[in-house]
Amino acid sequence: MARKRRGGQRPEYRNSGSDRAARNETPKEEAIEVEGTIVEPLPNAMFRVELTNGHRVLAHVSGKIRTNYIRILPGDRVLIELSPYDLTHGRITYRYK
Amino acid sequence: MKSAREIEIMRRSGKITSSVLADLLRTARAGMTLRELDRLAEKGIRERGGLPTFKGYHGFPASICASVNEVVVHGIPGDYTLKDGDILSIDIGTTFEKYVSDSAATVGIGAISEEAKRLMRVTQESLMHGIAQMQKGNRLTDISHAVQAHAEENGYGVVRVLVGHGVGTQMHEEPQVPNYGEPGKGVILRPGLVLAIEPMITEGTFEVETLKDGWTVVTADGKLAAHFEHTIALTEDGPRILTLRENDFMELDVGRYRPKEELAA
Repeated sequence: MARKRRGGQRPEYRNSGSDRAARNETPKEEAIEVEGTIVEPLPNAMFRVELTNGHRVLAHVSGKIRTNYIRILPGDRVLIELSPYDLTHGRITYRYK
Repeated sequence: MKSAREIEIMRRSGKITSSVLADLLRTARAGMTLRELDRLAEKGIRERGGLPTFKGYHGFPASICASVNEVVVHGIPGDYTLKDGDILSIDIGTTFEKYVSDSAATVGIGAISEEAKRLMRVTQESLMHGIAQMQKGNRLTDISHAVQAHAEENGYGVVRVLVGHGVGTQMHEEPQVPNYGEPGKGVILRPGLVLAIEPMITEGTFEVETLKDGWTVVTADGKLAAHFEHTIALTEDGPRILTLRENDFMELDVGRYRPKEELAA
């Protein structure tokens, strides 16, 4: 059976549910959750992300994703928390499989 | 890296895979449903003392992947009835004493077109070219490059988003084995390495799409695709195909590798 190609050699962080309740998390206060697709990687673990509504925002990677070595590549669908104060910046909190 | 003892278990695992696959390739004919083939496959594997690796793998519901015509890989064997002129790729895996072997082949149903025959032949040749590069001291992408070069010389597309893989107690181990790329990169191949090399070759574009069932991968332009795969161990004496079938493609002797001699031994 062919394997899906993934960048990097590290073991992947596997999480069967994309539902927040199943992941046992709470969003940071007041954050707006949206889905988006990675457009391009930028230096310092930042990414340009296109949201489902067409807006492009700058997003950095959450600490949890970093500690679990989740690789994020252009084209991946991700969950983002947007800051209510500045809607052009966000935090990537989940990478969908 | 696997020890000689582990490779011996994997050889026996491969024997089950290859003999069941050979049976399926012989049996498949117009009028059969894919589900019937799947049932035969599971029965064949269990009778020979193995377990179907695919069943339940990330929720896959069957023991084989059955991929017809424009389906590249990971087709779920359902109620589709095979008809004259189809090309069918069967992908099968066995777990035997905890070790996995993985193999695939494409077969024509009844009378198939010359173009389809050529696609299948080139795909199989690409696999053999890849295997021929699996030599001590070569690098991983020497395999990838050999596969890609042969397929593209013949005007075909090489699927990018799916790759071969290391095999062992897990079906998918490191490293990933792409079927494309520049030679001379990646890990240095050493004896004890066991890989599944599996070119997925298309008539048209290499772009593919996954259907809503989450498994079935089809060509983006709807043209035919073929898939051949072997589990191969690298030994001190060169590559050894663990899933070689009796009626495998014998005419092809590529590079330093001679499958004929291996079968005779």
